[in-house]
Amino acid sequence: MKVLVAVKRVIDYNVKVRVKSDNSDVDLTNVKMAMNPFCEIAVEEAVRLKEKGVATEVVVVSIGPKVAQEQIRTALALGADRGILIETEEKLESLTVAKLLKSVVEKEQPQLVLMGKQTIDSDNNQTGQMLGALTGMPQGTFASEVAVEGDKVNVTREIDGGLRTVALNLPAIVTTDLRLNEPRYASLPNIMKAKRKPLDVTTPADLGVEVKSTLSLVKVTPPAERSAGIKVASVDELVEKLKNEAKVL
Amino acid sequence: MAILVIAEHDNASLKGATLNTVTAATQIGGDVEVLVAGSNCGAAAEAAAKIAGVSKVLVADNAAYEYQLAENMGELVAELGKNYTHILAASTTTGKDFLPRAAALLDVNMLSDIIKVEDAETFARPIYAGNAIATVKSADAIKVMTVRGTAFDAAADTGSAAVEAIDVVKNAGISAFAREELAKSDRPELTAAKIVISGGRGMQNGDNFEMLYKVADKLGAAVGASRAAVDAGFVPNDMQVGQTGKIVAPELYVAVGISGAIQHLAGMKDSKVIVAINKDEEAPIFQVADYGLVADLFEAVPALENAL
Repeated sequence: MKVLVAVKRVIDYNVKVRVKSDNSDVDLTNVKMAMNPFCEIAVEEAVRLKEKGVATEVVVVSIGPKVAQEQIRTALALGADRGILIETEEKLESLTVAKLLKSVVEKEQPQLVLMGKQTIDSDNNQTGQMLGALTGMPQGTFASEVAVEGDKVNVTREIDGGLRTVALNLPAIVTTDLRLNEPRYASLPNIMKAKRKPLDVTTPADLGVEVKSTLSLVKVTPPAERSAGIKVASVDELVEKLKNEAKVL
Repeated sequence: MAILVIAEHDNASLKGATLNTVTAATQIGGDVEVLVAGSNCGAAAEAAAKIAGVSKVLVADNAAYEYQLAENMGELVAELGKNYTHILAASTTTGKDFLPRAAALLDVNMLSDIIKVEDAETFARPIYAGNAIATVKSADAIKVMTVRGTAFDAAADTGSAAVEAIDVVKNAGISAFAREELAKSDRPELTAAKIVISGGRGMQNGDNFEMLYKVADKLGAAVGASRAAVDAGFVPNDMQVGQTGKIVAPELYVAVGISGAIQHLAGMKDSKVIVAINKDEEAPIFQVADYGLVADLFEAVPALENAL
């Protein structure tokens, strides 16, 4: 079966972001960018499905500026077969992203769509579910285990109280949690090979999707700073401070 | 304006997060109605009717909603939601699962995990693992959002709303519940506990968490963990605190053997008082801790238990 994986270019997870001094947004100039960690897990899962003989082709799609090709190439180096970039300089909201992905799903007809549960920039955790609504496919969100069995996929989901397994009719959408797998590293030969794999570039207009925005950013502010604390010398001093100074015990 | 809050429950009882969500709804201003969708969920509906500030409780009682599968819930909420200006759910794994689906069916955007209501159209929410707060204005006809429970007080249970059964059955028939494994614990729920004590990689193994359980039991605290402790298999994943786990904001958060990575801080830095116990005095956790103790946790934690 064909697997479609959606990946996003985001700020590297180790970078501590700074809010611009005019509070218009966070400052992303000259900041290290990378593939969203949850998307890497989605790519890894797709490649493992291919290695198991379950998937026959892995198509990776990204939406973003021209440089997002880097993240598609990374996915190709990890084992995906071909890439699609929907090129746009605009910052898109989840619903628009879901509509763009829907048009790709209609064209490619994948049996399984894998994507991260959230991106670490917007922290929305929406796109997979929205794509499910638009395509009518069932969704297995926050997956820590994916097992394809015939015309169904069993997805074990991480929920607040523990784990829950759902059986979904294929085609289906699965969004990945961190514990689904441990992504591999791309080897140099694979990085070289990835440069020759096909990568199609299209635009939202080509796909007939109108990019419109209903959410406007009023301001972005840094979170409240915590005042510097003190070091205590012993457990007894700690307990005394918690009882008498902080009054939380 | 009428606001719809979707109750979080396990059919028999209401989950605490629903109370915080109702508080957010009352801050928007307007009639607040609560939807309880489940199977044999009369008890949960009765509990919802007692929430102060709720004008009406709608009960959709059908086997299709027993496990609140997103495919069925999404369609139900989208259908009912047309009559409301705002639709809110708690930012739990259930709310996060079905609400974006409902929003897309209504063809509107959604705001995740709001922490503040500015006015009926403007809301604040954290982005970049809580390292920035975005204030966002929505022009959508129906404003759909999940609410971060720890950012709003729980509503009181002094209300007496009318309960109305509704007969809207949405069964997409494309997904089914198979099984679940829930972690059993007598300790308070992590997201609602007044005191949380968490262990990290420094705990070295699962057995050593016993030390934290003993302290927790003396304090009536919940026990959490960092991702490192979960990934190493010390404790189950539903104990994870952080950007990708649970968000907590207790009165007291005690971090034991946790370095304090950005992703962990995202889940606990709004705690009132933070205590760090770590033998590495350079650990980033000390930059946010109100009280830091540089010590070997294997000596400090038993000493803490004795001192309490």
